[in-house]
Amino acid sequence: MTMLPAHSTPKKLGLVIDLDVCVGCHACVVSCKEWNTGGYGSALSDQDPYGADVSGAWLNRVHTFEVVPEGGEIVGEAGDARIVHFPKSCLHCEDAPCVTVCPTGASYKRSADGIVLVDEDKCIGCGLCAWACPYGAREMDLAAGVMKKCTLCIDRIYNETFEEVDRVPSCVRTCPANARHFGDLADPQSDVSIMVAQRGGMDLMPEQGTRPVNKYLPPRPRKSLADSARGLPLAENTDGAKGFFAWLDGMLDRI
Amino acid sequence: MHPAPSIILFTTLSGLGYGLAAVLGLGLLDPAAIATKFAHVLALALIGGGLLSSTLHLGNPQRAWRALSQWRSSWLSREGVMAIITFLPLVFSAWMAVFESRYLLLPGLLGTVLCLVTVYCTGMIYASLKSVQTWHTPLTPLCYLLFAVAGGFVLAGFFAFCGSGRTVLVPVLAIIFLIAAWAAKALWRDHMKRLVPLSTPESATGLGNIGHVRLFERPHVTENYLTSEMGFKVARKHAAKLWFVALIAGGVIPAGLFLSLLLTGAENGPFTAFIATLAVVTHMLGMLTERWLFFAEARHAVMNYYGG
Ligand code: SF4
Ligand code: SF4
Repeated sequence: MTMLPAHSTPKKLGLVIDLDVCVGCHACVVSCKEWNTGGYGSALSDQDPYGADVSGAWLNRVHTFEVVPEGGEIVGEAGDARIVHFPKSCLHCEDAPCVTVCPTGASYKRSADGIVLVDEDKCIGCGLCAWACPYGAREMDLAAGVMKKCTLCIDRIYNETFEEVDRVPSCVRTCPANARHFGDLADPQSDVSIMVAQRGGMDLMPEQGTRPVNKYLPPRPRKSLADSARGLPLAENTDGAKGFFAWLDGMLDRI
Repeated sequence: MHPAPSIILFTTLSGLGYGLAAVLGLGLLDPAAIATKFAHVLALALIGGGLLSSTLHLGNPQRAWRALSQWRSSWLSREGVMAIITFLPLVFSAWMAVFESRYLLLPGLLGTVLCLVTVYCTGMIYASLKSVQTWHTPLTPLCYLLFAVAGGFVLAGFFAFCGSGRTVLVPVLAIIFLIAAWAAKALWRDHMKRLVPLSTPESATGLGNIGHVRLFERPHVTENYLTSEMGFKVARKHAAKLWFVALIAGGVIPAGLFLSLLLTGAENGPFTAFIATLAVVTHMLGMLTERWLFFAEARHAVMNYYGG
């Protein structure tokens, strides 16, 4: 069924990604591929895996951006350019355009928890949903000829044979910096909702009208490099030297 | 967007086929003429061939029938459903023309309307994608419709010149619709050039309030599905040249050839048929170029994440 749920889903499961914390290690990218190549649906194939033109289907990728404030090209002038690592996977949009364009009913949004999934047995691999997603969150598996996307690790989060701590998406469990959080964004009392409220969590490309469930926490304002440098002792400055160094300083001055 | 040959071929061939079928449905050609019988068969062949080539780019074509199920939300599904419904009156009309040398008004007109609706659905597949801003305009289905009708009249004009008796109306309509279609397309291009990008690297990352955002490192060194499917770029100067080629081959030459045939009042015969064939062939080449540009020039929002 490619009609979206008629009402807002009671649960909105999704991720909150902290851009202040992500160190760009790509651990979540690898653990996602590892988990999902053996989990839901067909394996995530790679093409030319050992060749020069390796490519493949991945459900989570980390981009890295440079953000330069006005006048920031000159170090210490008006804030500095900074690097922001930017993990991106399906945002499980409330108004998911990828779902409504699907001709077969393979793409759907679950009415219970809002997770957007592809039923691979119905998918004809037309690729229209990947065109409709403005975020590039869907990639065709060229071996199986079906569309792949983040399932929010549907086979982990409800898996009661797992310990509680493991019932989160693989990327969240793996992140060594704790930059990724999983929870119900429909519940204002959930940890993720509180985090979003406190840190000003934001939507990506709100102008596309997709109403993403996943939120991104902006990087915290940073002290400029020049401000930090002011506090450092400079090599020429010997004020405050004590004991042997004070004596040596005095002797050397006299020579 | 990547200009996939299968999709370009599909939209061009099926557009021509539906256009020709729509014109045949008006009953402007003599149903007893051999040329008209050929025209009916060609229209069905173009439509069928187009539909087949469209399944070539599918990952799992054996399940293509499932694409008929989601007509309530998906323009691609609607196109599939309409294509099948349209076949019924078209096959009926073709049968009447080929075997009975007859034209029936009601099935004819029904076929014409359904052909146009199907082409409209094709145009809406592209126009409905907000992620590709260039396509996201009512001008897109308008261009698809006008090009289909113009192409249909060009083909019908060819068959009229190959048939017997004087033909004026069909080639005149071909010229009128060629002008209308290329004028609409010029508007569409103008609209494309004046677009202010809806999404930017700043809105895509949400980092715009810190400063100007530019890509520092891609997630991977080589190409992936997204960059090869949506990262296609064509140099501006080439695009301008190709647009010129499309316009001349697809519009000016066929219209000019038809006009000269009309003005010289040439008798129907091998020479007239040859000139009309030239008009058809250049029109098709122009349309293929136009469709290639339609994809190659379109920028997808995801490229904001890939520095393109
Ligand atoms: S991020 Fe893309 S694939 Fe995921 S729900 Fe939104 S539009 Fe669909
Ligand atoms: S690729 Fe599959 S899931 Fe995507 S629109 Fe086509 S049929 Fe639907």
